Amino acid sequence: METFFFVFVATFALGTALAMVLSKNTVNSALFLILHMLSVSGFYLSLNAQFLAVIQILVYAGAIMVLFLFVIMVLNMDEDEQIVTKVDFKQIFAVLVTVIVLAQLLYIVGNFTGALPDFSQQELMAIGTVEAIGDEMFTTFLLPFEATAILLTAAVVGAMLLAQKNVNVEDEIE
Amino acid sequence: MIGLELYLGVSAVLFVIGVLGVLIRKNAIVVFMCVELMLSAVNISLVAFSASMGDVHGMILVFFVLCVAAAEACVGLAIVIAIYRNNITADISKINLLRW
Repeated sequence: METFFFVFVATFALGTALAMVLSKNTVNSALFLILHMLSVSGFYLSLNAQFLAVIQILVYAGAIMVLFLFVIMVLNMDEDEQIVTKVDFKQIFAVLVTVIVLAQLLYIVGNFTGALPDFSQQELMAIGTVEAIGDEMFTTFLLPFEATAILLTAAVVGAMLLAQKNVNVEDEIE
Repeated sequence: MIGLELYLGVSAVLFVIGVLGVLIRKNAIVVFMCVELMLSAVNISLVAFSASMGDVHGMILVFFVLCVAAAEACVGLAIVIAIYRNNITADISKINLLRW
């Protein structure tokens, strides 16, 4: 059952990721990325990280991808770009770089010998819960957590400043 | 329990798909989405290591990566809107003002 679930989720994740990269329509790409995020949360569930699975759906599929879809709607991009019809040097070089990176990563993973000690299933059940993560986050990682709040505020203010109309830079300098 | 190697392998392949998308796509928004894909691929391997070692710190790192990804998407899309307003294009091969 666990193996079946893993194979299903992995196939779904790889298929939606490839479809996202290769689909011509931008909206289709965004929708495929939402499906991909759902399958990533399936990975988290199979690793007993329940909190992160929920957060993944809430933050990615719920917030970030809605923002992407809004921007696509606002920009109204309807032109179909050509992806692979015209083969030029840059595309071949890109595929070459990709294959090299894949070979390196798989070489590293293949040399992984499984030297980590075995942990019992009971211990795995306990670490992904909201209680365990919250306990650690609000004691050891309290300062980075608060810094994240400042980061998000700065990002929101910066995005509003960048995206507003009629930015008069000269007026602000004087 | 599925082995750690399988999770790392899937994560590596997803990361490479993201790299491919960043390199071959010309639409700025799709490039951003491919960056999100790479971030989530790294998140998978972090959670896999965290679960196999019984250590919660990897999952907390994933939480912070999610926050940074949200901030990055927010600012990045604002930049795309600003570029689109000035140049009427989101094609990154046509935005070459600073290109050597």
